[in-house]
Amino acid sequence: MAVGKFPIEYSHIMMFARSVGDANNIYYDQDYAASTEPGGVIAPPTFVQASAQFDPDYFLRPKIGQEWFGSAKGPTGITPKPKSDAEKSGEKKESGSGGGLHAEQHYVYHRHPKVGDVLNATTKSGKTWEKQGRRGGNLVFSESITEYRDQNGELVVTATGVGVRTERPATSA
Amino acid sequence: MALKANELNVGDVHEEEVVRNLTRTQIVQYAGTSGDYNPLHTDEIYTTEIAKYPSVFAHGMLTMGMTGKMLTNYVGDGRLKSFGVRFTSQVFPGATLTARATVTAVRDEDGEKVVDLDVSTIDEDGTEVVKGNATARVD
Repeated sequence: MAVGKFPIEYSHIMMFARSVGDANNIYYDQDYAASTEPGGVIAPPTFVQASAQFDPDYFLRPKIGQEWFGSAKGPTGITPKPKSDAEKSGEKKESGSGGGLHAEQHYVYHRHPKVGDVLNATTKSGKTWEKQGRRGGNLVFSESITEYRDQNGELVVTATGVGVRTERPATSA
Repeated sequence: MALKANELNVGDVHEEEVVRNLTRTQIVQYAGTSGDYNPLHTDEIYTTEIAKYPSVFAHGMLTMGMTGKMLTNYVGDGRLKSFGVRFTSQVFPGATLTARATVTAVRDEDGEKVVDLDVSTIDEDGTEVVKGNATARVD
């Protein structure tokens, strides 16, 4: 994820808090928030995930004018492509889902983002490792580390995500 | 509101029900706010017919977000220093989740008092869906 500008905005925080069922008034009432220890509306602990909204290339958001893999008239909006020779012979399989699954997420808070901050995010790859899955096949884990910095270049949140994909052993049919 | 180091003991537990009978609409709300519109979470037709799951399921990050509200309710606003989880089981519509923090240490770090917490969220069958830990600043 590379995000140039992630503005921390009150209404986005309010809607995010609603979506996780968090009734804490610090996310809904700016006057109340001013009376709390943080002194204003701050982001809930997992809010920086919503920086995806400001990533122009984020692949899990429909793009204007492009086909989307979710259902439309049929169960997927993607027009089937003619199969390649490799697909017909079974050497290459199409993946059934929109990518791997989320295995882990870790946050370190250097401070908590507050309304008015404009963060930027840069992501680098971390470790990768493999594990034998319970149903056979290899599980491939890969780590990505995102640093959220504020308008002064100060580190605000470090986010480490781990994704997992299944990879069938080369010997299986 | 903040926790006090001298009132905390290893083994102390704080527990909250963070959702009862999770609705597909709440998952849609989370897709809308987080920006993760993967149809696996909101589109029953795609998910059952194409991806071959029994049903749409919650974003792992929604479960983490709901677990996070238990933590901020316990330790206070702006007090978390770290929070990390592994997603150990999928959460489907209808789930009722209980999130729990257990004190594992009260210590000094960089001149501040902090509490270390084990974090665990279980569903109505007792299956753990999120497992992790957190550290928060205390008074």
